[in-house]
Amino acid sequence: MTLTLEQVGVAFGGFRALTEVSLAIAPGQVTGLIGPNGAGKTTCVNTLTGFQRPDTGRVVLEGRDMSRLPAHGFRRAGVARTFQAGRLFGGLDVLDNLACTGVGLGMRRAAAEQAAAEVLHWMGLEALESRPAAGLPYTDERRIAIARALIGNPDYLLLDEPAAGMSEKEAADLAGLIRRIATEKGIGCLLIEHNVGLVLSVCAHVVVLDGGRVIEQGDRATILGSAAVREAYFGADQAEAA
Amino acid sequence: MSLQLLFDALSLGGIYAIAALGIALIFGVMKLVNFAHGQFIACAVFALILPSTDAVAALGLGLLPTPLLILAILGFGAGLAVAAEALVFRPLRNASPVALMVGSFALGVALQNFLLVLYGGRPKAISLWAGLGAPVRIGPAEVPLLQLIVIAAVIAILLALGLMLKRSRLGLEMRAAAADFGMAQLLGVRANRVISGAFALSGALAAVVALVMVAQTGVADVRMGGQIMLIAFIATVVGGMGSLPGAVAAGLAIGAASALLQAGLPDAARPFRDAFLYALVIVVLLFRPQGLFAAADAKPRV
Repeated sequence: MTLTLEQVGVAFGGFRALTEVSLAIAPGQVTGLIGPNGAGKTTCVNTLTGFQRPDTGRVVLEGRDMSRLPAHGFRRAGVARTFQAGRLFGGLDVLDNLACTGVGLGMRRAAAEQAAAEVLHWMGLEALESRPAAGLPYTDERRIAIARALIGNPDYLLLDEPAAGMSEKEAADLAGLIRRIATEKGIGCLLIEHNVGLVLSVCAHVVVLDGGRVIEQGDRATILGSAAVREAYFGADQAEAA
Repeated sequence: MSLQLLFDALSLGGIYAIAALGIALIFGVMKLVNFAHGQFIACAVFALILPSTDAVAALGLGLLPTPLLILAILGFGAGLAVAAEALVFRPLRNASPVALMVGSFALGVALQNFLLVLYGGRPKAISLWAGLGAPVRIGPAEVPLLQLIVIAAVIAILLALGLMLKRSRLGLEMRAAAADFGMAQLLGVRANRVISGAFALSGALAAVVALVMVAQTGVADVRMGGQIMLIAFIATVVGGMGSLPGAVAAGLAIGAASALLQAGLPDAARPFRDAFLYALVIVVLLFRPQGLFAAADAKPRV
């Protein structure tokens, strides 16, 4: 019962963005994905959600090979994601933004609005219901993007740098929300972040990418104790000195 | 302003608004300026009469009782637009916007020549609804019945379209697709249905314009869609490409300005009414190059 990458390779022209990457996201758990800039984190998310086809290897959901499915096929199969840029429909109000996702999943309009209202209520964001998405403050926009991904109760949720640009306090609130999504809704989350502290505070299992390869994975202690991780983040000299 | 002038402005502006909406709807979802829209209007006019190159027109669909006739012509316009999308624009779906635009020009030329072959190039008289010219007295003004019907029809169409976009499933999908087509598709919004829906609505709006033009002029002319297409296109630019309220507002404003200039210009200047009108358009665009109601999503986000 997992969403997994099996020996996935992705190349853009001559550039190998991912090489033999294997990782698994388990239901009800938050898995972290960290790595320096250009490590291949977003390519990983894109491959896990059908936005990028793997050149080699497979994407497997509950034993089913998903590698050839388009992105909305992944969404219908229960794999949702957020985007770094939010990407809400600016001209639509918040409720319509969420309802549109429900409609895309095949719900009737009324059912989609019902689902949207429920998710907003669950997140305590009812007050934003009729606000146009274009004028939302940055952190609200991020939270609405997460709410949109929760429509239709997906089994997996991939969060691409949800805390980018947030203050410590806002990032801590976000961490609480992500924990609730995993524990209360039983959704398997993948958290991609630059904010390593946030990832280590929320995730039971962390995968570290560098240069398109998995260089380390394990629990918090494993990551903090890993020479490979220190080398990737601080360079070889620092790793030797430590 | 006299009451008479108000009705002139509203009826002319209303028709421009309907024509502009037909263009803005398609631009919204496909980023295509459909230059064949004028020929959709002309085709809907000619659908009223039987194909022949005789000088005298014989009514075809035009013989139907009025409610059926209106439905038949609206259906014809919608069907024509949907067919054009399926045959011409769908194969070009992933082509550049310029290729799409050129495709719409080609379609327009093809349709016009098709009409020329079937009906010949001479304008033909069509007498439909002769009673609509009768004046109705409203306070101090005498207003042709047709003008009142046009104004009422425009209001009804705008309300129905607004309600459809706001409340229906297809409407929600169309608004989402207009805001960010790629994102909407990724969420599973039915792209083909949304685009066909936009074309069907646009074609039906073209048919409305066609019926009004026939009722006003009593003539079917192969070239009759061109002028209003130009004004409708200008209205969508002035309103802000992709903004439906903008297209309506600008269409109304251009119609109103045209009626006001017609009434207010000195006799010697009146033949140059359109020059004054387009000068106003240029002034507006100098100050608001993005249009009056630029769609929120048209602005790049930082």
